[in-house]
Amino acid sequence: MTILFDGIAAGMLLFLISVGLSVTLGLMNFVNLAHGAFAMLGGYVCAILLGNLGVPFVFAVLGAALAAALLGVIMERSLYCRLYGASHLDQVLFCIGLVFMSISTAHFLFGAQQQPFALPDYLQGQLHLPGLDIGIYRLLLVVIGGSLAWALQSMITKTRFGAQLRAAVDNPRTARGLGIPVDRVFTLAFALGSGLAGLGGALGVELLGLDPSFPIKYLVYFLIVVAVGGSGNIKGSLIASLLLGIFDIGGKYYMPQTGAFVIYAVMIVMLIVRPRGLFARN
Amino acid sequence: MKINSICRSLAVALFGAASVFSAQAAEPLKIGMIVPMSGPFATYGKEMMNGAKLYIARNGDTVAGRKVELIVKDDAPGTAGDVSKRLAQELVVKEKVDILAGFALTPSAAAVAPLATEAKKPMVIMNAATSMLTTKSNNIVRASFTLPQNTAPIAIWAAKNGIRKVYTLVVDYSPGHDSEAQFKKSFTAGGGEVVGEVRVPIKTTDFSPYLEKIKEAKPDAVFIFVPAGDLAVNFMKGFQERGLGKAGIKIIGPGDLTDEESLDAIGDAAIGIINSFHYAPGHKSPENKAFTEAYAKAYPGDRVNFMAVGGYDGMHLIYEALKKTGGNAEPEKFVEAAKGMKWVSPRGPVTIDPATRDIIQTIYIRKVEKVGGKLQNVEFDQMVDFKDPGK
Repeated sequence: MTILFDGIAAGMLLFLISVGLSVTLGLMNFVNLAHGAFAMLGGYVCAILLGNLGVPFVFAVLGAALAAALLGVIMERSLYCRLYGASHLDQVLFCIGLVFMSISTAHFLFGAQQQPFALPDYLQGQLHLPGLDIGIYRLLLVVIGGSLAWALQSMITKTRFGAQLRAAVDNPRTARGLGIPVDRVFTLAFALGSGLAGLGGALGVELLGLDPSFPIKYLVYFLIVVAVGGSGNIKGSLIASLLLGIFDIGGKYYMPQTGAFVIYAVMIVMLIVRPRGLFARN
Repeated sequence: MKINSICRSLAVALFGAASVFSAQAAEPLKIGMIVPMSGPFATYGKEMMNGAKLYIARNGDTVAGRKVELIVKDDAPGTAGDVSKRLAQELVVKEKVDILAGFALTPSAAAVAPLATEAKKPMVIMNAATSMLTTKSNNIVRASFTLPQNTAPIAIWAAKNGIRKVYTLVVDYSPGHDSEAQFKKSFTAGGGEVVGEVRVPIKTTDFSPYLEKIKEAKPDAVFIFVPAGDLAVNFMKGFQERGLGKAGIKIIGPGDLTDEESLDAIGDAAIGIINSFHYAPGHKSPENKAFTEAYAKAYPGDRVNFMAVGGYDGMHLIYEALKKTGGNAEPEKFVEAAKGMKWVSPRGPVTIDPATRDIIQTIYIRKVEKVGGKLQNVEFDQMVDFKDPGK
């Protein structure tokens, strides 16, 4: 049971750090490999607010998300907006450049070492139920991940903004013709994606650690989630993350020597069965 | 076009003449230092270079009548042997260095070793710690430590101090395997029992499945070998979260885990870890006091650690060997002079083993404690003149 819970929590963590990419890559169709750079920014902002300035944890995490969203707006207006029409290869090259710049900047500002990060006491430790030990912080991740998934899904499918965004991505010219402020919608969506990256980064520091190589180190995980979940689908990302998390933790527990490969095996099987992702739009 | 080409040949001629003159003026002693200065192991390289430069600053930049010139090359990421090898070639061919030094990690030292033999240059290893390295070239002398040398003492200590059942967790790469093998050998020889073992991938972020297994096995202690950095931090945090410490399970291991650089990142979860290592900045000796004070003055804001001492002692070895050979850096003479050399390092008394060209030193058993608000490795036991048991 504990293993199952840990798997769900690991999956939620995967979801939290990748959901921003579901927005930028999945919804906006921009191959934003620099996603991890925004997540790293969130992580550093959170670590500094919490560790050096003594800001309460909740505000530190929100501050991290806001900072990343703000940087997202600046980057989108100045750089990203020029590449919406470009080929995916151009987008990838541009993002990889950004990633390297972010790594060097973080290295210059904070050094190569791991950042100290200590959760407040009330988030540490475990709850002990019969047959089940629940890490308090992991429980928090599950709650946040679940509510975030629900909120995002309803925003995209039910609100006006969600409809505008989908229209703007599918056919920008017609959308513009209908009076949708396409540029503003894109900026907002990108800010949302970056903010989510920052949020995920901040929440992930405790379990993933934080050093300048963060954007590269976890890139594979972001991409696995989006690839398996199907692009542009929050529900798909959530279920993909949970499956991957559960199989990963379970595999490592029951078969420690080969368990590390289980996550890739699951990905391969899922992609063979559903090449366009679990809940792909056709 | 024509003027341009004339200028160019003139420049070449002048440059050639200049280099001939400078060669005649004085024979500087060039030391090529290959360390990672960027990438994930950048702090290692920086500390090692700090240590080497501090030695030069404290002892003058002339030895046996030759002016010492340190040429630093960045072999980031530090784990790619081909990069280190290319840089070593450059140093030998272009810069005409007399001595190769540095080497933070095993792959880089292993790749350069054949070159040291071929180019007939002494090679001073200031960190890379796999035992077999010194057998790769007769020109190698090591001033740092070896992994088995730092692993065996904690096994011997644990077996003697009431730890009977141990679960081992190491990272699945060659130093991890070495460390696991050495621990098992020394611990079972002392009467202990290894009740479980696991090798985790180097990219592990979530240790929870492994920690659950350990919790169920109920050992007296977990022996762990993971590189300092995020793995060590994540392991400790998980260990703390799951209350393994409260269940009476101790953490033991070689001291890489609680290197001063990563202690702050691990935080209070590190308190109580028992480890064996060759150097602690808190080591009480006049030599270490002078060293740490000078280091703090020269590099304010940097915490001194074993990398810095490796660089410092490596430079000491080079200076003393050259004094003996009268400034001659030919490998036969240099290595001969280094063999059997004894000195008192900031880490304690050390000797270069004439048989293996490895260092013989005291290994300290330490416990992580909070001293004056700062996490420190506090020495409480020691094994004097401990030789590398890996060869």
